[in-house]
Amino acid sequence: MLSISLATCILQIKNQLNQHLEINIKPFDMVIGAKGSPLQLVLSSVLHIDNPTGNILLKDALKISKNPMVKEVIPVSYGDNYKGYRILGTYDTYLKQYEAKLHEGKLFEKSFEVVLGSYAAQKLNLQLGSTLVSAHGLADNTLETHDEKPFTVVGILEPTGSVIDHLIITNLESIWEVHEHGDEKEHLEEHTEEHDDHEKHENEHDEEHDHHEQHEDEREITSLLVKFRNPLATLQLSRYINEQTSMQAALPKFEIERLMEFLGIGFQAINSIALIILIVAGLSIFINLIKTVRERKQELALLRTYGASSIQLLQLVFFEALFLSVFGFLLGWLLGRFGAWLLSFFTQDLYGYSFEFSLPDNRELLILFLVTLTTFLAAIIASLSIFKLNVSKTISNA
Amino acid sequence: MLRTQSLQFSYQDSKNETLSFPDITIGPKQGLLILGPSGVGKTTLLHLLAGLLPAQSGDIFVANTHLNTLSRKQLDKFRGQHIGLIFQRSYFIKSLSLIENLSLRERISKTKNDRYRKEQLIMQLGLSDLQNKKVYELSEGQQQRLSIALGVIHKPKILLADEPTSNLDDVNCEKVISLLKKEAEICKSNLVIITHDQRVKSHFDNHIIL
Repeated sequence: MLSISLATCILQIKNQLNQHLEINIKPFDMVIGAKGSPLQLVLSSVLHIDNPTGNILLKDALKISKNPMVKEVIPVSYGDNYKGYRILGTYDTYLKQYEAKLHEGKLFEKSFEVVLGSYAAQKLNLQLGSTLVSAHGLADNTLETHDEKPFTVVGILEPTGSVIDHLIITNLESIWEVHEHGDEKEHLEEHTEEHDDHEKHENEHDEEHDHHEQHEDEREITSLLVKFRNPLATLQLSRYINEQTSMQAALPKFEIERLMEFLGIGFQAINSIALIILIVAGLSIFINLIKTVRERKQELALLRTYGASSIQLLQLVFFEALFLSVFGFLLGWLLGRFGAWLLSFFTQDLYGYSFEFSLPDNRELLILFLVTLTTFLAAIIASLSIFKLNVSKTISNA
Repeated sequence: MLRTQSLQFSYQDSKNETLSFPDITIGPKQGLLILGPSGVGKTTLLHLLAGLLPAQSGDIFVANTHLNTLSRKQLDKFRGQHIGLIFQRSYFIKSLSLIENLSLRERISKTKNDRYRKEQLIMQLGLSDLQNKKVYELSEGQQQRLSIALGVIHKPKILLADEPTSNLDDVNCEKVISLLKKEAEICKSNLVIITHDQRVKSHFDNHIIL
């Protein structure tokens, strides 16, 4: 039973993880970002769990969109959070990619209007009209907040089961505007460490002024999500970007497959442990059944004197085996689900992967089948002794 | 009705020793006491009569049915419906209650589930208050009475009892014998008792000594 719960729990977690990853990476064929680790780029820009590799210039990135094979590009920009939830600046087409629908309110139209993912809204306890002040960086902190530019919640999304549920989404301009201040403030702090408050204020005013004149061309984004018309273009274009530009292209599918390969070893190890436990469990069921038949030899012999045939006794043992395996499977399965559900609390907070209860899938049914088969094999061997049962001897030699 | 003819049996592990049994003939409702010291094959004879052991040679007729001609399965069925067995030691399904043991007995032998019969029977045997007790909670005397109930619940044609009194004191010995006789009479069955207990002798007209 325990082995079944372990095996189904692992399967379940693995499936759910795969499913989530699939949903999250499905909309995009390629991510373009600053040079660095491609896996990091995918993790940060698509799955939103890692730090970004750096920024790229919007105008460079948008050149890619002129390629005829590109169907759609969506720039994303981030770097701030609100209580640990990432604020993502992007086009509203980003939401369409995940088929996100508004639960209430409207989409962002102006700067500093945000739309909340369902989980983020629920966890942060924010409603339409609430305001929030972003903090610099991707981890929760209250030290570097952009107090002067609060965001207003204008919409809340329906749950999608994708990464969007955990995001705070706004337009690109908001991020730029906040970032101008963020940059400046950082900049400022570095420079004014020895200065007193009075000078700091003066300085701030100057720099703010400069920033307003920042040229459109220097706008930066974190990465560009690309969708192709034709999947064949993927390799060609990614090679071009990696070789000819200062940016890098990463393919989410490929990178996630690579990641799963790394994780796969872990899963495999646990899987094989579960398998070994399963075998041991099968053996113990087997031994138990044989023991049962032996211990209850007298009762079985008694049933024979009542007129039960050997076949009936056989049915008895088989029913017991069937009951054991099905009941064991059900209990184990429920325990496995429960375990996966418990684990999901951690994953939900850490990575935003929630657990959804699902009925047994094919592989779990295969486990049920194997368990039943093992038990039946055990029952067959155990029941051989039923045919050899010497009623007379068993009854008289108690 | 019980009739045997030149019955012989030998156990496989003692090749030289063949047990020969005297012919038995008893008419309807008659009782029979088979007496003999330990080790002469009393229990073997009982098991032969119940069809639990196959006879090596000779014929057994129980209620005009020739046991030797029945297949294993037919024999099981016949035993379940027409033969009642009471063993030296009490055997039950331990996890079931008194009344459940009786019901199980009925079900397996495919006799009808007769509530009235069961209630009547456990009343006669003084077990009415205990019917929902698990069998291991019963005293030895109560267990023995339950054995009798299990032996007669299906109104067998022939009731075979193996040393039913060996562990009992005189008072209880009397009680058990009279209970057995009474039940056999109610069921109109032949009562065959196998014992080495001389106390039982006076209760039966028909004796066979092995």
